[in-house]
Amino acid sequence: MNSSKKNRLKDNAFKYFGIGCTTFGLAMLAIFIGNILIEGFARIDWDFITNFPSRNPDKAGILPALIGTLWIMGLTAIISIPLGISAAIYLEEYGKKSRLANVLEINISNLAGVPSIIYGLLGLEIFGRIMGMGGSLLAGASTLSLLILPIIIVSTREALKAVPKSIKEASFAMGASKWQTISYQLLPASFGGIITGIILALSRAVGETAPLIVIGALAYVPFVPSSPTDEFSVLPIQIFNWISRPQKGFAINAASAIIVLLMVTFVLNGIAMYLRNKWQKKVQW
Amino acid sequence: MNKLEARNVNVFYGPNQVIKDVSISIKKNTVTAFIGPSGCGKSTFLRLFNRMNDYIDIFKMEGRIEIDGSDIYDKQIRVEELRKQIGMVFQKPNPFPKTIYENVIYGLRIQGIKDKKILDEVVEKSLKQAALWEEVKDKLKNSALALSGGQQQRLCIARTLAVAPTVILMDEPASALDPISSAKVEELIYELKSQYTIVIVTHNMQQAGRVSDTTAFFYMGELVEHDSTKMIFTNPKNERTQNYITGRFG
Amino acid sequence: MPRIKEKIIETGLALAAVVTVLTTIGIIWVLFSQTIDFFSEVSIVDFLTDTQWTPLFADKHFGILPLVAGTFLTTTIAIIVALPIGLTIAVYLNEYAPKSFRKIVKPLLEILAAVPTVVYGFFALSVVTPFLQNIIPGMAGFNALSAGIVMGIMIIPLITSLSEDALFAVPKSLREASYGMGSTRLQTAFKVMVPAASSGIIVSVILGISRAVGETMIVAIAAGQQPRLTLNPLVPIETITTYIVQVSTGDVAHGSLEYRTIFAAGMALFVFTFILNNISYWVKKKFQEKYE
Repeated sequence: MNSSKKNRLKDNAFKYFGIGCTTFGLAMLAIFIGNILIEGFARIDWDFITNFPSRNPDKAGILPALIGTLWIMGLTAIISIPLGISAAIYLEEYGKKSRLANVLEINISNLAGVPSIIYGLLGLEIFGRIMGMGGSLLAGASTLSLLILPIIIVSTREALKAVPKSIKEASFAMGASKWQTISYQLLPASFGGIITGIILALSRAVGETAPLIVIGALAYVPFVPSSPTDEFSVLPIQIFNWISRPQKGFAINAASAIIVLLMVTFVLNGIAMYLRNKWQKKVQW
Repeated sequence: MNKLEARNVNVFYGPNQVIKDVSISIKKNTVTAFIGPSGCGKSTFLRLFNRMNDYIDIFKMEGRIEIDGSDIYDKQIRVEELRKQIGMVFQKPNPFPKTIYENVIYGLRIQGIKDKKILDEVVEKSLKQAALWEEVKDKLKNSALALSGGQQQRLCIARTLAVAPTVILMDEPASALDPISSAKVEELIYELKSQYTIVIVTHNMQQAGRVSDTTAFFYMGELVEHDSTKMIFTNPKNERTQNYITGRFG
Repeated sequence: MPRIKEKIIETGLALAAVVTVLTTIGIIWVLFSQTIDFFSEVSIVDFLTDTQWTPLFADKHFGILPLVAGTFLTTTIAIIVALPIGLTIAVYLNEYAPKSFRKIVKPLLEILAAVPTVVYGFFALSVVTPFLQNIIPGMAGFNALSAGIVMGIMIIPLITSLSEDALFAVPKSLREASYGMGSTRLQTAFKVMVPAASSGIIVSVILGISRAVGETMIVAIAAGQQPRLTLNPLVPIETITTYIVQVSTGDVAHGSLEYRTIFAAGMALFVFTFILNNISYWVKKKFQEKYE
């Protein structure tokens, strides 16, 4: 039949179109990484890691930005993890179906869609000005914590949900209280999922630029921050600053710093993927 | 000549053999029932006839299956064409989330038929054949999901009939229905027999007894016995068939 | 005693959850209070109708339209790139691709999604723009086109993964029914699966738009910082987000009118994304009811 032949033809045409689109996406990733490696790899050495930024691109390094990124990551983790896990436990195990829970739910899904730069405006006013933190590490980490809180809450809830009811019921049947059941059974059983979500959220925080620019993180930092109240820079801001300069030497520096930044995010994502796979394999309810 | 013919068919899912050397002949315009305990391979075997197992990654088949004497697993065979000849009704009613009308003409739509007159005719004819016309003729533009389970299943049958197949495969078509709807579907099968070759997988022994001309009993991937339904139910040759029929296992 | 302890714990957990509400209240309060101060000095009519945005110059104009136009332009380009490609990949992975291929592609797409946006910005400026300049002579070094295209590439994984989830959630029986009637994979995909998953796919597109509207670094790096009311993708423009970055990297005193402009701009941005997010939330809720 004629129409049938045409249908087969279309079917095959779409197949190759699909392969083409997928290849396009992957090719972009390859060009992307290839280009950055070619431009920036030669510039990476120990000096690049340990030097301070400089007006001379050949002498400029990323030390303050790298340390700033590590500070931000650590502080954000300290603030966001307990908050996120607690909120998720409340929503999943306590607040179900109450009106408060309903409001919280809609609210969290809305927060997840707020552009990161808006969090920057929030941090600028609340943490920076009203609470007097200025452009400090603490202000930056607090802002990013609020930004990634919805991500941590959603993934923690997913992990808690994946624990079978039977475990919870068994624990209750033994006479355990609600909190005992949560802390002895649910949290250990969902640990893998929770930690995966947290790592992914932190990797997102490490790559954020806009909110930190808005709260007033500096582009040029000639010192290594040593306490949460110090001013700071982070890798993405250093990269942004270098990209914005006209000299070719700084573009190369930007590519090199991107390699370092990508290594940090890919390592974090790699750990998360590894944990997720391991956890999925181990826990076959 | 036999309508459907399977010769020395083996099926593997990865390392597991799920169909073991099954041969069977099915005559034109008859109803054949496949019975047997869960996991005996009867559904897998049924789905060989319209190649629905092709989508399972680890599926592998040996042997030969023919319709009207030609090999349906031949490389030259267009599987889409084959399925227009061999329709299928599934266990759970699975209407598309569209109108009743759109559901029935789906098969014609994908063949590129656009003539409204033909489509209208086919809808009426198919729904009448499926004994659903009277119930839905005033609401053809309503969503198919608003129908009851039994009506949905008859709609799925009408949808299958609309493509004018010669064989209809039915995979436990009444198992998800209430007794009254189930009886209606059975009646329908009985009436369709004059024009179609029907193969039906069923769990329900009485149903097999009521609707089929011949019955095949499967056990652990093997075809234990295939004979006229009357013989199978009154005088089975094999002891395992006897045990199953009388309810000793299954 | 134990009962009191349980109660204390529950209250503590609830307080943590309330932080999210405080965040929302904080955002709305900050934006509102600053925006109201802003409108005490600038007329809201000018803000909405003036076609120039020059708060940092001597001759000050406060028309948001050029920034909205810039945002609209880059977002449109991004969606034109991301929607067909993202949806095609989703359909391809769901209907055509062997499982082993899917297993490789999905993590790679996740990597694409995990790349920080500042890196995408670098890519737009140092790879895509020079490439396009070869094809389109006279294209400016900063332009909406390359920023939009790269933003589209960034959004592809989002649209693909959400659409794929929606397609995956369509009951398998529908696909079987379609194949059982002799449909090709293409017919099954676009006549049965995509319509059945349409709400999920719509959600993915709306979230993609919302993401593009709020995206900052790519446009700040590659699209320029020149607010102008145009739909020409080849010249420098400025988006709402870029303006906020531009002011933040300069020296603007707290409490000045310039300082407040970024909150007014932020308010406009927040309103856009808030509407988009609520539409998607509403569609998603309806979708869930349909299948449960």
